[in-house]
Amino acid sequence: MTITEAHAPNPAAGDADRPIGYGRIQRKEDPRFVRGKGHYVDDIVLPGMLHGAILRSPVAHARLVSIDTTRALAHPGVVAVITGQDLLGLKLAWAPTLSADVQAVLVTDKVRFQGQEVAFVIAEDRYAARDALELIDVDYDVLPPVIDARHALDPGAPVIRDDIEGRTDNHIFDWEAGNAAETDAVFASAEVIVKQEIVYPRSHPAPMETCGAVADFEPIEGALTLYETSQAPHAHRTLFAIVSGIPEHKIRIVSPDIGGGFGNKVGIYPGYILAVVGSIVTGRPVKWVEDRSENLMSTSFARDYIMQGEIAATKDGKILALRTNVLADHGAFNATAQPSKYPAGFFHIFTGSYDLQAAHCKVTGVYTNKAPGGVAYACSFRVTEAVLLVERMVDMLARKLEMDPAELRLKNLIKPEQFPYKNKTGWEYDSGNYERALRLSMEIAGYDDLRREQKEKRARGELMGIGVSFFTETVGAGPRKHMDIVGLGMADGAELRIHPTGKAVVRISVQSQGQGHETTFAQIVAEEIGIPPEDIDVVHGDTDQTPFGLGTYGSRSTPVSGAAVALVARKVREKAKFIAAAMLETRPEDLEWEKGRWFVKGDPSVGKTMAEIAMGAHGTVALPEGIDGNLDAEVTYDPPNLTFPFGAYICVVDVDPGTGHVKVRRFIAVDDCGTRINPMIIEGQVHGGLTDGVGMALMQFIGFDEAGNNLGGSFMDYLIPTSMEVPNWETGFTVTPSPHHPIGAKGVGESATVGSPPAILNAVVDAISPLGVTHMDMPCTPARVWAAMQGRATPPI
Amino acid sequence: MQIPAQFDYVRASTIEDALALLDRHGPESRVVAGGHSLLPMMKLRLARPEWLIDINDLYELDFILPEATQLRIGALTRHSTLLESADVARLFPIVIDAERVIADPIVRNRGTVGGSLCQADPAEDLATVCDVLRAQAVVRGPGGERILTMDEFHKGPYETAVAQNELLVEIRFPIRPRAGSAYEKVERRVGDWAVVAAGAAVNLAEDGSVDDVAIGLTAVGLDGTIAEAEAVLRGRRPSEELFEEAGRLAALASMPVADQRGPVDYKRHLADELTRRVLRRACARALETQTTTTQEG
Repeated sequence: MTITEAHAPNPAAGDADRPIGYGRIQRKEDPRFVRGKGHYVDDIVLPGMLHGAILRSPVAHARLVSIDTTRALAHPGVVAVITGQDLLGLKLAWAPTLSADVQAVLVTDKVRFQGQEVAFVIAEDRYAARDALELIDVDYDVLPPVIDARHALDPGAPVIRDDIEGRTDNHIFDWEAGNAAETDAVFASAEVIVKQEIVYPRSHPAPMETCGAVADFEPIEGALTLYETSQAPHAHRTLFAIVSGIPEHKIRIVSPDIGGGFGNKVGIYPGYILAVVGSIVTGRPVKWVEDRSENLMSTSFARDYIMQGEIAATKDGKILALRTNVLADHGAFNATAQPSKYPAGFFHIFTGSYDLQAAHCKVTGVYTNKAPGGVAYACSFRVTEAVLLVERMVDMLARKLEMDPAELRLKNLIKPEQFPYKNKTGWEYDSGNYERALRLSMEIAGYDDLRREQKEKRARGELMGIGVSFFTETVGAGPRKHMDIVGLGMADGAELRIHPTGKAVVRISVQSQGQGHETTFAQIVAEEIGIPPEDIDVVHGDTDQTPFGLGTYGSRSTPVSGAAVALVARKVREKAKFIAAAMLETRPEDLEWEKGRWFVKGDPSVGKTMAEIAMGAHGTVALPEGIDGNLDAEVTYDPPNLTFPFGAYICVVDVDPGTGHVKVRRFIAVDDCGTRINPMIIEGQVHGGLTDGVGMALMQFIGFDEAGNNLGGSFMDYLIPTSMEVPNWETGFTVTPSPHHPIGAKGVGESATVGSPPAILNAVVDAISPLGVTHMDMPCTPARVWAAMQGRATPPI
Repeated sequence: MQIPAQFDYVRASTIEDALALLDRHGPESRVVAGGHSLLPMMKLRLARPEWLIDINDLYELDFILPEATQLRIGALTRHSTLLESADVARLFPIVIDAERVIADPIVRNRGTVGGSLCQADPAEDLATVCDVLRAQAVVRGPGGERILTMDEFHKGPYETAVAQNELLVEIRFPIRPRAGSAYEKVERRVGDWAVVAAGAAVNLAEDGSVDDVAIGLTAVGLDGTIAEAEAVLRGRRPSEELFEEAGRLAALASMPVADQRGPVDYKRHLADELTRRVLRRACARALETQTTTTQEG
């Protein structure tokens, strides 16, 4: 198969076979992936390369009494062993986090979570490095840990962060949005109020590729090349410059193919820094790649929100207000990755898709003796938590009012004519037609028939559940005046260069982890300038090769970088007009554009294609004043607002009455992400996110015992759904373009992860509601569902 | 990548060769077949054998042989081979029930019957299957062959009667008339170990009463079958009431411990529920065989 054949007509496509622009084409990057020719960090082998391994703490909270590395250093093949004391000397023992805190690179004073980095062994091969870990003798003085976030602020609770001057408790922040007084007033006079504690338990993104790095420090030039698993290479370069003192122009970050990120590869982990230190110390390249347990136990987890929700409504089902108090477990270091001004991310979009009179949320962040993180796993900066809260509360309200949950939603959704819609916590939703999406999903599901079937089954004692969720996302951070990450504004650059023969290269600042950027961004350029997508190379992931930008997370690639690419293509198209005019010896204003070609108004036979114009630009054509001899352009895009994709999901489950086992029988997902660039890639992303949702709803949970032992540290215990647990996805779509985005596109990468868990959970609760159950928390494992059926539902934490 | 401690590796060419290698390398050597239990344990450094003796070339141990009174299964038979065998499906549907829920296709393609039984994980499905089918294990050592009942074979979690210098070579299932059997497992996800599972095998007398029955539970801390529950059924015609009573007694006999898969009360409930389900299905299957036999007669 050649690359060209990879774009062969897709019989399943409803669009043109080979669109020059948007449409259903196979992914340009897949020929290398399906043939095992992807090139990941662990594939990189440099001459003289050494291997690092990290010794991790077996306990959650302990004073470090002593470390003896003598035996490890004597082990054959070991080159160096680095401890926290060594790093203190280099002023690298602590590194700043993305949330204005610091995190220990190696322990110097106290271990603060199980799995924390204690020492770094560098050896000739990874076997020797791993063997030597067992030869490091560490003496720990074990301290009582803080595991339950509910008790983190108790008077007398052990103070985890005694490294911070003057700290006497485990409180990190209080943050609120909305108007408390207004909301309280609405609640005071409301006819119906429903209250519920809703827990979004700790999970982990668990990308197929774990985190790793190869650091190559060249001492003569003082230059560092760092290959690493990063979703944000440019931001990492700036941070490495600040932390290490190596000048930024001497640092090159390369993110090669990335085997899944889901927010797990946004932060800078101690392992990356240790690889760099190792290379500086030994004068040789150092590779460090963590194993699965290290990934699950030490890198950024997701969620861990305990939410007290309250919803107010009239008796006839008009939702009036929503309020919540949230306890947020951030682990031992505050290392969440999100825009600086928003310590709870975008949780304040918890008003969801409904037209409310008032809303208020308060989030309190606390330290515990657990791994740091919280913003990850396709959460759109905590929109997952927000949507679970509002969609559970609305479902519970429906039950209390004895209304159909879909009907109650239809009654309260924001109406098309209300857009742009300002919600009560400061968001301006750009566009939407919510009722159309919900009605379409109900139509695909055959909603009324499903309810009839459910009624018949209930009469026979069978437990069938139908769950509805409607979500509104906020993605594409962000306007740089409001949104930054450690001071770097959240804008993205794009450079487009048309070669003399009319082939093109577009360089972007975002980094694919599987999203299909090499195809999507080529299609955006193709749509704008009429060059086929296969003639456009998309370069990303190398700071020496690409313009500055903040990277890929929070579904921001298409909303921000996609806009940059569309605008840079338009700039090139405009420049091409002037060159074409010179070639045709006419005035630019006399030319008209059709895809791929400028021609003379009124005489379509006279014109120049982009390839001809490119050759002209680089050739000998006399160029007009102010037009230089190339067909290149560059832009940086600062989005005026975020984009607000939305969707209506319906899930059907069957619960085994004798065992509590849940089977997801059907799942209907209608998504609206505005303009659809490649529907096949969108569907693929939705399928993946829905599968993640099944994982979160039914099985995924990073639990801890009282001593702080991580109970989800391997795939034996942390369960990932397989094809056997998921149904044949039924997807549909509506298109409501974003009015402020150059091509009307919104993000979609995280929609399904945000929207599906509440649909599944609502379906499970609906299934077991004949037994009097009104709520249970995820994960809906057989044992937990059975306990709920016995009236003994307990939160997972 | 998880990295095991250092070990040596040798490939055995015959049963005798494997036995000689076990003898030569002593207690720090381990036999590897499919490797789907041993290798993960080595990678996590929970197991640290100094020698791995690979028996994947011992093709003489990869067979399914139906005989008049028994079905013989070689210890190196892959789970997937067992799952695809028409003889096994016809004679012992419980094996198919269980094999369908043992791990996933990738593991079943490599994992072997002998490996599963010798690993003796307390949540191992085939152990219960062998118990209720009253299987025999054929073990070969330097002194020749021994034939063990499953009671003799099992010595507790991760322990069997197979000595360090011996090899499990074959499992034998006795073929009995008017037989039916079934297995059912509750798991959190396909491929997970059982929360609880149950297996049952029944033989009906000509009058339709229960001639013999065996009931076993997986992952609830029991060795062997559950005599008190079996006694309820023996000599009587199968009925929903008897299944219920047997389920109640099986739950009473079970000794589960709480873990991430579930608390004790849930596991006990499953012992009851699943016992009833497998008895119901095993008896229905036995009746089907009886009908077929009568029609043929």
